[in-house]
Amino acid sequence: MTKLTVTERQIGLIICLVVAAIGLAMAAAGRGEPFGVQGFTVLLLALALSGFIIARWDAPPPDRSLLEHYYDDPTKVGIVLTMFWAVIAMFVGVWVAALLAWPELTFDAAWASFGRLRPVHTSGVIFGFGGNALIATSFHVLQRTSRARLPDQLSPWFVLIGYNLFCIVAASGYLLGITQSKEYAEPEWYADLWLVIVWIVYFLIFVRTLARRKEPHIYVANWYYMAFILVVAILHIVNNLAVPISFGSAKSYSAFSGVQDAMTQWWYGHNAVAFFLTSGFLGMMYYYLPKRAGRPIFSYPLSLISFWGITFMYMWAGSHHLHYTALPQWVQTLGMTFSLVLLVPSWASAGNALATLNGAWHKVRDDATLRFMMVAAVFYGLSTFEGSFMAIRAVNSVSHYTDWTIGHVHGGALGWVAMITFGSIYALVPWMWKRPAIYSPKLVEVHFWLALSGTIVYVFSMWNSGIIQGLMWRTYNENGTLAYSFLDTVEAMHPYYIARTFGGLLFLLGAIVGTYNVLMTIRQARLERGVEAGGEVDLPLGRPAALPGE
Amino acid sequence: MADLHRKLERSAIRFMLAIIAVASIGGLVEIAPLFTIGSTVEAAPDMRVYTPLEVAGRNIYMREGCYACHSQMIRSLRDEVERYGPYSLAVESKYDHPMLWGSKRTGPDLARIGEKYSDAWQVAHLNNPRDVVPQSIMPAYRWLLRTPLRTDDLGRHLAALRTVGVPYTDEMVANAPIDAYGQSAPDGDKARGVTERYGKATHVRAFDGNPGELTEMDALVAYLQILGGLTDAARKTDQTALGE
Repeated sequence: MTKLTVTERQIGLIICLVVAAIGLAMAAAGRGEPFGVQGFTVLLLALALSGFIIARWDAPPPDRSLLEHYYDDPTKVGIVLTMFWAVIAMFVGVWVAALLAWPELTFDAAWASFGRLRPVHTSGVIFGFGGNALIATSFHVLQRTSRARLPDQLSPWFVLIGYNLFCIVAASGYLLGITQSKEYAEPEWYADLWLVIVWIVYFLIFVRTLARRKEPHIYVANWYYMAFILVVAILHIVNNLAVPISFGSAKSYSAFSGVQDAMTQWWYGHNAVAFFLTSGFLGMMYYYLPKRAGRPIFSYPLSLISFWGITFMYMWAGSHHLHYTALPQWVQTLGMTFSLVLLVPSWASAGNALATLNGAWHKVRDDATLRFMMVAAVFYGLSTFEGSFMAIRAVNSVSHYTDWTIGHVHGGALGWVAMITFGSIYALVPWMWKRPAIYSPKLVEVHFWLALSGTIVYVFSMWNSGIIQGLMWRTYNENGTLAYSFLDTVEAMHPYYIARTFGGLLFLLGAIVGTYNVLMTIRQARLERGVEAGGEVDLPLGRPAALPGE
Repeated sequence: MADLHRKLERSAIRFMLAIIAVASIGGLVEIAPLFTIGSTVEAAPDMRVYTPLEVAGRNIYMREGCYACHSQMIRSLRDEVERYGPYSLAVESKYDHPMLWGSKRTGPDLARIGEKYSDAWQVAHLNNPRDVVPQSIMPAYRWLLRTPLRTDDLGRHLAALRTVGVPYTDEMVANAPIDAYGQSAPDGDKARGVTERYGKATHVRAFDGNPGELTEMDALVAYLQILGGLTDAARKTDQTALGE
């Protein structure tokens, strides 16, 4: 914060006070209601941040030499927030998994029941963990591949802190019972509006930095980050169109209903997977994997095919979530067709990543950080294959509504999203804190094996339970009637729910080990800096950006 | 092609416009026609709107995340129709803002759960599922019986629903809190207004077994008991062409 100019401090304080006023108004309008609690949450966070700025008000303003360095402080804080959300959200994940095996673990409290905790897990992982990882790495990659500094120092903080405010309001809202009930778009209207403001500033940071870039070409990683920012904005705004019952209430009603709402929701839901959990993380992969491997990206044409293929075709695929439903069949057929063709750009990406490792496989063997990224690319390939397979109507008739879907999602979320994130963070942390290496490469190794075994246990137990349940539902006995009651199928799930909880626990332990390792690296850097008594040094601008594949 | 692209990737604005253009096509082709092609949603002249008490119950259903484990969409597959009843039609969720089709069946589909079980069973089951279904893994919702239902803002709920297209009349909006009470107190003087406004077939009962007090349990059970009952359209359609 001491690097903010005086003007930036003033604007920052004004923003905090405006947000605090909004929080106060919400608290007043929603007295005694969950909406009021949300207001107090906003108020307290905004006031705490104001206090933080005021406490540093008289710090000497930064001198101009600062502008000759990349601005990485938001990335550093973003990395810590990423690990923090990983632990919280994965802990809640293990908890809800346990609830399905032992349903009495709710202690008779509304907030602790499965239905309210589950979105805390999904939003916590997707938006808390994934979103912070994307914001933190995108600022880093954007500056390096453009050889330009972020346009100012306030707006990245606004994006990072504002985004986390959205995540906190969303997650605490679910516990209070505030939800739109749209999967992965549960936050209510006021949180959605706030996210739009944050997102516009995020978009402008990209535009303004790219406008000042010293590289003529925009690097592939940035194509993906841009697609992530732009398309998520479109999806978010359209799917969340709603009419609140009043401006003093949390409750709103969706503009869409029935079949149109279902199609809009899964157009959103599937493309949240595409542009949040795929595009953004491909951006990460296209930068950190070649950097860590020390190899250029294998093929430029493959990058082209995968980027435009994903950007065009994913948007058609959402209707495969609605096979055999009341959605008109022509839309289902379109969704299935595009889902199948989607395998081409998906495997182009995965193949491009793996072929990049040619000549560096000995590094994959020795370096768990690079192995995280390699395994992520493999899981990306497997999950996208499975996704195309499950989009086939006949397969979907068995898989839909079962744990197979959950297994598929976690193959992607644990195997791909989390692994590429951990790999990227392990690569990034020593660079950011100017350490020769991470605190303990051994612990990275431990984390890797915990993550991999956890993912495999999780996915296999969900494949088993899903396929068993899907088949049991449609099994007929020799009299031509259904062989199993629904309850029979619930009982058959029990051992798999325990196994899944165990798999999730392994993965969570890995995340805790990783967080410890990151924090210890930071601590080491701090101690050392204390010894040298030198101020914080920024990386100089215009370092060879080493654009792989260019 | 690659040369063209090398030009494109030198301009941030042009690149972004290209992303927006390319990404918009799929949604436009698949979603926009659903609003304009008439046959997308079947006609159902007998369909009624949710009563205020059912709206409140629906909101509790969403608040507690019931949709995370229960679908409300019976697919046109033989085993589903035999297990749950006629497959769901688009018109049946016409007034559902948002829809609650769901994506996972940790518990059974609820699209036609209405009137399948008694109110007393539903209350006992919600209060603690394992009292009536020992193997159940559903959470116990004990707080529903002890939490009074908020009704003073139901008029605003109906008004907002009318804004997004549900045909509530002025009278329905104005009487929303009264109708919520009326629907759960069959012997009181407010009950008649409910059947006048929402039709004779509307369930008017003390859903939680206690006519004196209006609880969240009343609302949720009232909602569950109307699921699949807003229109008879599905039972009247020919459902012979099923997938296996």
